[in-house]
Amino acid sequence: MSISARHISKRFGTFVALDDVSVEVTTGSLTALLGPSGSGKSTLLRIIAGLERPDAGEVILGGEDATQLSPQNRGVGFVFQHYAAFKHMTVRDNVAFALKIRKRPRAEIRARVEELLELVQLQGFGHRYPAQLSGGQRQRMALARALAAEPEVLLLDEPFGALDARVRTELRSWLRRLHEETRTTTVFVTHDQEEAMEVADTVVVMNQGHVEQAASPRDLYDKPTNPFVMSFVGQANRFGESWVRPHDLKITLERNGTTSEVLIDRLVHVGHEVRAELIRDDGERLDLLLTRDEAERLELTAGQIVYVKPTRETTFEQPAV
Amino acid sequence: MNARRLSVRFVALGYLLLILVGPLSMLFWRIYREGADKAWAAITDPDTIHAFKITLEIAAIAVPLNTIFGIVVGLAIVRLRFPGKGLVNAFVDLPLALSPVVVGLSLFLLYGRTGWFGPWFQSHGYRILFALPAMVLATVFISVPYVAREVIPTLREVGDEQEQAARTLGASAWQTFWRITLPSIRWAVIYGVVVTTARCLGEYGAVAVVSGSIQGQTETATLRVQDYYENLNQAGAYGVALVLGVIAIVVLIAMTLLKPKEGTA
Repeated sequence: MSISARHISKRFGTFVALDDVSVEVTTGSLTALLGPSGSGKSTLLRIIAGLERPDAGEVILGGEDATQLSPQNRGVGFVFQHYAAFKHMTVRDNVAFALKIRKRPRAEIRARVEELLELVQLQGFGHRYPAQLSGGQRQRMALARALAAEPEVLLLDEPFGALDARVRTELRSWLRRLHEETRTTTVFVTHDQEEAMEVADTVVVMNQGHVEQAASPRDLYDKPTNPFVMSFVGQANRFGESWVRPHDLKITLERNGTTSEVLIDRLVHVGHEVRAELIRDDGERLDLLLTRDEAERLELTAGQIVYVKPTRETTFEQPAV
Repeated sequence: MNARRLSVRFVALGYLLLILVGPLSMLFWRIYREGADKAWAAITDPDTIHAFKITLEIAAIAVPLNTIFGIVVGLAIVRLRFPGKGLVNAFVDLPLALSPVVVGLSLFLLYGRTGWFGPWFQSHGYRILFALPAMVLATVFISVPYVAREVIPTLREVGDEQEQAARTLGASAWQTFWRITLPSIRWAVIYGVVVTTARCLGEYGAVAVVSGSIQGQTETATLRVQDYYENLNQAGAYGVALVLGVIAIVVLIAMTLLKPKEGTA
């Protein structure tokens, strides 16, 4: 089911959470709403689910106006950051909730719940209570619960935000695989650009209640339309009037006509890469990434004066805010 | 450190013994001295039994009413935004601040012959004062805050995410209340019901003003104690008081058993 949010505005008191935001999500896609906190991404997701009412604008689900529908009637699965597990119910009853509400036959419910528990790798945990599960298990239970009624849209609000790094990466690839299997239209909110770039096929970058850019992860990285996206999605250096990615700077020991002189402030070894923190002669700080082999070949040391030149740079019509 | 902790425990325990346990044990002692048979006769007196019946009847009306009211008001205060919410929240506590005698008196004035509502009821043949209706009204008023005060903090603590989740899973507002909200606050509700019941059974001041204390008709258990005492039947007074005391102990035990479960619910 496609999702279309048109000209959505929402305020909380004097705080403008969303200011005339429009987002299109195509059927079967996996879309990330990416932005810093306060960018309005969660509010937009909650408006799509019907958990929040927009002050203006409309939500179209599968071609039909759903703006006035209660969350009960939107046929949307929602997963909360803090799981929202029904604490007084077992895992099995949690997952069965939507089916019981729909008064499905008991045998069907039992079979479907077993199937879902297997899908989220919680077989054998059906009789436990949420308090007896780890964070990752709780979130998988919440996912199974949201999927039980076969929603045509799955919405996830920072689903992995409360989990530790290892579990987070695990669930990330799991979500990707799940989506490939079910092809349910999925939208998830995250403030982690790496997560968005890795999991989603479309990323909507939001900032201060606006959409900055909506594009594929690759286009977002290679063709950002403004400085905010450039610096929020991946790292970027200000280089005079233009912007340069740390790996798009070439380092040389000799000066030539187009290079800038820099001082190596610090060298940080990150696995097989070396990050050089540089200070340009005008005081501007730059980050540069190079391979360890290259760093060793050039015999770089902190305090050294070297020369850099961008191999690829991006210029925007308006200067950064 | 250890000595200080011990002395704190000693002071707390001593205070409890002096204020609570002391008077209650005194009751047992006095019954023993006055003669248990006299006390038993007073307890099994038809008018006393009637008084207990009246007390239970009043509680049977007041407790369910205030349970429903407490849950509804609790939900309104925690989950909704509406003008005058602070005022409602404060008013729920009014019976805690107001002396029961004042409550009784204001009911008396309201439903009396010259009150706002009195003449209307009188002309339609309803008897409010010196009858069960006024006693129920007084008791309901007095016991308003207890369920609400238990439910409100629990609702805040539980939050509304589970309710939102239920809604996205297809539950109506009503289904969400029965399947999610009520089960997650059930221990607070039960605890509130126990406290409300205890308060209703023990009510004296407000009911004393509006009931007229007519023996065998509008006399509650607490009024019966007073009645015996004033008529110099001390053994009777002690006996009925003891029954009320035993009920209090049962309630206390019930509360102690319920309280720790709150944390795990």
